[in-house]
Amino acid sequence: MAEYSAWQVLKNAVTGNTGWKEAWRKPEPKPSYDVIIIGGGGHGLSTAYYLAKEFGIRNVAVVEKGVLGQGNAGRNTQAIRSNYLLPENQQFYELSMDLWEGLSQELNYNVMFSQRGCLNIAHHPAQLDQFARRGNAMRLNGIDAELYSRQQVAKALPGIDMSLDARFPIYGGLMQKSAGVARHDAVAWGYARAADRLGVDLIENAEVLEILKDGDRVVGVKTTRGEIRAPKVAVVVAGSTSEVMRRAGIHRMPIESHVLQAFVTESLKPVIHTVATYGGGHLYFSQTDKGSILFGGDIDGYNSWAQRGNLPVVEDVMSEMVTLFPSLARVRLLRSWGGIMDMTMDGAPIITTGPLPGMYLNCGWCYGGFKAIPGSGLCFAHTIAKDEPHPKAAPFTLDRFNRGFAIDDKGQGPTPKWH
Amino acid sequence: MRMNCPHCGLRDVAEFSYVADALRTRPEPKATDQEAWHDYVFNRANPRGRHKEFWQHNHGCRAFMSVERDVTTHEIFSVEAIRKSSAPLKPKSKKGAKA
Repeated sequence: MAEYSAWQVLKNAVTGNTGWKEAWRKPEPKPSYDVIIIGGGGHGLSTAYYLAKEFGIRNVAVVEKGVLGQGNAGRNTQAIRSNYLLPENQQFYELSMDLWEGLSQELNYNVMFSQRGCLNIAHHPAQLDQFARRGNAMRLNGIDAELYSRQQVAKALPGIDMSLDARFPIYGGLMQKSAGVARHDAVAWGYARAADRLGVDLIENAEVLEILKDGDRVVGVKTTRGEIRAPKVAVVVAGSTSEVMRRAGIHRMPIESHVLQAFVTESLKPVIHTVATYGGGHLYFSQTDKGSILFGGDIDGYNSWAQRGNLPVVEDVMSEMVTLFPSLARVRLLRSWGGIMDMTMDGAPIITTGPLPGMYLNCGWCYGGFKAIPGSGLCFAHTIAKDEPHPKAAPFTLDRFNRGFAIDDKGQGPTPKWH
Repeated sequence: MRMNCPHCGLRDVAEFSYVADALRTRPEPKATDQEAWHDYVFNRANPRGRHKEFWQHNHGCRAFMSVERDVTTHEIFSVEAIRKSSAPLKPKSKKGAKA
């Protein structure tokens, strides 16, 4: 019987809530496992879950420096979409979209997935042409996309400044109706509990100090909670990738760490019904189920390992939000925060075997990792279990830069600050 | 974050833009070693701590500068103009060109 259900709520209501188990155990690390996953964020936890469920590998440890889901999994703007131009990205992110649709049932945990659509707003005719091209590319690959007229944008986003004398007047937009949002903490906690119930050990407060090697081969990790050995070690640490790889003796990666800020306002009645993006600058926003408007813009633009940003980007993002919704100008900002993004040289992620024998690497999510949590976990678990890439993640190898097969959706070249 | 421009003095970071990682060295233009070029174009040390980077004071004197900065605390240790001389570059005089 499902652990969480209406029946359990009723039963526990009359039995003093004594029937609930803790969501996951707090095990002591064993001396060895079949697989060690470094990083207890969304991607690490989903990898552990799919390793146990799809590939029957249950003797798995997830080692996390802090507590589960408190890094980028707890700092994102929770948008889920697959509106990419290039087929490699489309098929990969669409795999996640399929998994999101059944995720709450699969994990027996309400991840609050809500397909409220994602609307990219166009502010000049050339931009609308470009959106039409991307929308057509999506439709060719079986993803829904709809080109919106000015009137449709006005209807989808009541309160938006539609005036023709705006600095960047609105020409139309591109809507992906199957896109949406999910509750970010629930995703981490849902995967954590589901993996725990399948026998995965989730080891919190264990920072990896060194990746142990025998010759070139990776054989385990030395953590603040002792040495743990395993023939397969997977690194899924997002913004900290370069630092953790250094602890395995690898000093150069196609990654720069940048800080991305996000913001929420005080709670309002429902005003914004979709996820949407502003095309006159760089801004994306949605309204959470609590009523806060959740939004963000560009990364600060220079390397940063500080989980806080600087004021010029705050000012920039606020001015964009107010340009689009003058009516929100007097809404108070509740919080802002920053997370460290692992920006790659082409804006696409890396899911791969290696670069050392016995090592597996999942990183480079730039600032779009949240939406890929289910697909990334499934593909990475496949890579770890079978020592070969999942067909849908096969283009995302580490050596693609060297071979000349970069997946550069925005066409920016190897300048991470622009992806 | 404020940056001490060698020409303009202490200015807000909003006046500057980040250009690139300065820890890399470009191979000789005629070098044909694929690995060396790949390493230069795509790989970064991405240190957590002291970093060397190129910035431009693009809303000020427009000069490029080399900056040493701690990327965890945003503390700036040094800002140096890349072009050492403050004299303007001499245009190459063409024969017959008017002054």
